[in-house]
Amino acid sequence: MSVATNRISVQGSEPVFHVIDEHDHPEGASTMLGFWIYLMSDCLIFAMLFATYGVLGGNYAAGPAPKDLFDLKLVALNTTMLLLSSITYGFAMLTMEKSKIGQTQLWLAITGLFGLAFLGIELTEFAHMIHEGATPQRSAFLSSFFTLVGTHGLHVTFGLVWLVTLMVQTARFGLTTANRRRLMCLSMFWHFLDVVWIGVFTFVYLLGMLR
Amino acid sequence: MNPDLVKMIFGRLNLDALPIHEPILVGTFAVVATGGLALFAIVTYFRLWSYLWREWFTTVDHKRIGIMYMILGIVMLLRGFADALMMRLQQAIAFNGSDGYLPAHHYDQVFTAHGVIMIFFVAMPLVTGLMNYVVPLQIGARDVSFPFLNNFSFWMTVGGAVLVMMSLFVGEFARTGWLAYPPLSNIGYSPDVGVDYYIWGLQVAGVGTTLSGINLICTIVKLRAPGMTMMKMPVFTWTSLCTNVLIVASFPVLTAVLALLSLDRYVGTNFFTNDFGGNPMMYVNLIWIWGHPEVYILVLPAFGIFSEVTATFSGKRLFGYTSMVYATVVITILSYLVWLHHFFTMGSGASVNSFFGITTMIISIPTGAKMFNWLFTMYRGRIRFELPMMWTVAFMLTFVIGGMTGVLLAVPPADFVLHNSLFLIAHFHNVIIGGVLFGLFAGINYWFPKAFGFRLDPFWGKLSFWFWVSGFYFAFMPLYVLGLMGVTRRLRVFDDPTLQIWFVIAAFGAFLILLGIGAMLVQFAVSILRREQLKDTTGDPWNARTLEWATSSPPPDYNFAFTPVVYDNDAWWDMKRRGYRRPLTGFRPIHMPSSTGTGIILAGFATVMGFALIWYIWWLAAVSFVALLAVAIGHTFNYHRDFHIPADEVVRTEDARTRVLAAGAQT
Repeated sequence: MSVATNRISVQGSEPVFHVIDEHDHPEGASTMLGFWIYLMSDCLIFAMLFATYGVLGGNYAAGPAPKDLFDLKLVALNTTMLLLSSITYGFAMLTMEKSKIGQTQLWLAITGLFGLAFLGIELTEFAHMIHEGATPQRSAFLSSFFTLVGTHGLHVTFGLVWLVTLMVQTARFGLTTANRRRLMCLSMFWHFLDVVWIGVFTFVYLLGMLR
Repeated sequence: MNPDLVKMIFGRLNLDALPIHEPILVGTFAVVATGGLALFAIVTYFRLWSYLWREWFTTVDHKRIGIMYMILGIVMLLRGFADALMMRLQQAIAFNGSDGYLPAHHYDQVFTAHGVIMIFFVAMPLVTGLMNYVVPLQIGARDVSFPFLNNFSFWMTVGGAVLVMMSLFVGEFARTGWLAYPPLSNIGYSPDVGVDYYIWGLQVAGVGTTLSGINLICTIVKLRAPGMTMMKMPVFTWTSLCTNVLIVASFPVLTAVLALLSLDRYVGTNFFTNDFGGNPMMYVNLIWIWGHPEVYILVLPAFGIFSEVTATFSGKRLFGYTSMVYATVVITILSYLVWLHHFFTMGSGASVNSFFGITTMIISIPTGAKMFNWLFTMYRGRIRFELPMMWTVAFMLTFVIGGMTGVLLAVPPADFVLHNSLFLIAHFHNVIIGGVLFGLFAGINYWFPKAFGFRLDPFWGKLSFWFWVSGFYFAFMPLYVLGLMGVTRRLRVFDDPTLQIWFVIAAFGAFLILLGIGAMLVQFAVSILRREQLKDTTGDPWNARTLEWATSSPPPDYNFAFTPVVYDNDAWWDMKRRGYRRPLTGFRPIHMPSSTGTGIILAGFATVMGFALIWYIWWLAAVSFVALLAVAIGHTFNYHRDFHIPADEVVRTEDARTRVLAAGAQT
């Protein structure tokens, strides 16, 4: 907030108790901070799911274990999709800074496609597991696996809905201040999901294969 | 009709869900329905609906939202207290072979509902309401950071309350105790809708609470008046900041753990089951990782209120401001390191139990520091025993007892004896009533003139005070005795007739508290009737110290015509001392957020979705979810969410205040 005040602390002269020349708060001045705090609260939800997986992840109940279920090549491909989508989102932000609306939209669309590919592969993996009888109901390990990975997938789905909304808004209203701010928030959200996925990849899949 | 079709349309909702065979519930329903209809008729008769919709339901003004939170909390207090009275009566008469008057099925719902309502829908709305009202004024802001979100948060809290209230007349509530531990709360042992009402009521309200926490943190961090550094913030703002940090850092845990419980119940996963590798103690751990910070979420703002009240009514600067701030922050951090003391009996071993026992005892150090700070603030002060100060003194005496019994319970070997006993019940009522509730009453009496422009009637207030305080001691001291004798909580009937006298005394205490609540309602009514005599024209009826008293009572929509500049942590006191003169000219248009009905619509859909999920009405859940999403996305297409209050309107408002002040100065 830009303020023009005379902070008079000289003795004898009268102190100024008001902002004389006040400007409006720029719209959305707190949005970035607020969104960061929201992300941290979301991070806590993931922390709980990770903790639950950490405690229950070894309880196979005589059912299938990670080694029987995980296909690391598929997961590596999936991870690549998500990481690439983060890079392309980064490109979208760079072009946004240069106010190139067409290129921004293009990179956003590519990001969306990578996101869709990620979800598609994840759903294939889930379908395959369920087909083999490794359902979320089978054991506490599978309950916590499906919930942790599925919650991440739900976040990506939500991110895609948001992405499409923002693309429509950018197309209709251009790269206005408000839209730039919104794209920035989604950017943070998208990269956050990437970071969480790296946790999932390491903690669930890689460590799971070592168990 | 085809039963499959009926099931598809109505899920498991049918006429049996209406408790027509339970006379107590039918009677309650008759009273609530008559009252509701009367209210509806009055509002319709005076054509108030459009006024209410325009000025209140859709408002984004933090002051009005704060007041609505307070009203919600007070209405729900009546419900939660009715449950308390029923329990006290049942326990007082269920001796010598008598079964009392409440069947087990009903009694179990009563004690669950009592706990849930008192924490989530009484204490939380009252605390959030006060923070909402006071914090922006104390920091010299025009509103919170996200005014629309604020409105939405409020209506989500209402949505949760509506679901919990609905369980009284449609279906039933959980019979699990207020934290719904599995495996009891799992589908095998609680197949009916009670736990689902619990889950969705809390989930809907929890979204609101988390968002309002984020909102208030941003407000305090970003919107402080120039000159107000962190160490110049009023203590209430500090405790609010810490409370909201706690909210944001703990409510997601509750959301997650309840989501896992719902997966167990709806999908058949095995998180908290006894077989297939599930672990019920996991739930107990997770829910207390939320639950322990929760009690500090409630009590920290109360500590803030006492700090403001003590300084104001002692006519002195608060003793040890810096230590007060650090004590608050230390409590905030420590509150995350003690959750296991709620279940020492889990069997986690001596080392783990010692760790959590010691961290628990350490919390009493910053709390004790606060207590001494208040005492030293009063020392050699010119104390005025107005109502807020009376509540503060009652708090100091009562809370110390509750704190000491808390330290007793923190000793693991002692806890093995006292766990789940009435001693524990007495302890936490001792700190929640003696700390949170007394604090809220102090706050209500203190800030009421700011909110409405007239003081609360002192006579009825004092009557309420004495009934409440004496009622508290009569109601809960016997429970300490009973707990030491080994009586466990949540019992419906008793075998040992020698215990009865203690329960009768406790019931008498509850009756005194009833009189206290009655006197408080009369106090509100009498104050409204006598508002001319109790009027506050100065905006500063208590000769107080912080910025909210610098503006008129009630404050204009924009709070301050000019944003104040702060030099001292008692900003208003400093302004008065150094001959502050109110500016009379040079007003400008003021930038403000516009009202919107989106918040109430979104919360409405969320509530309907909760109801549909409770009753397995899948199509309705899907429809309301899609509608929720559509309205939320639609709202983002509205880019014009603000307006300017024109300068001449500001001039009119401020001139009116100048005249009021001049008239006040003459008399």
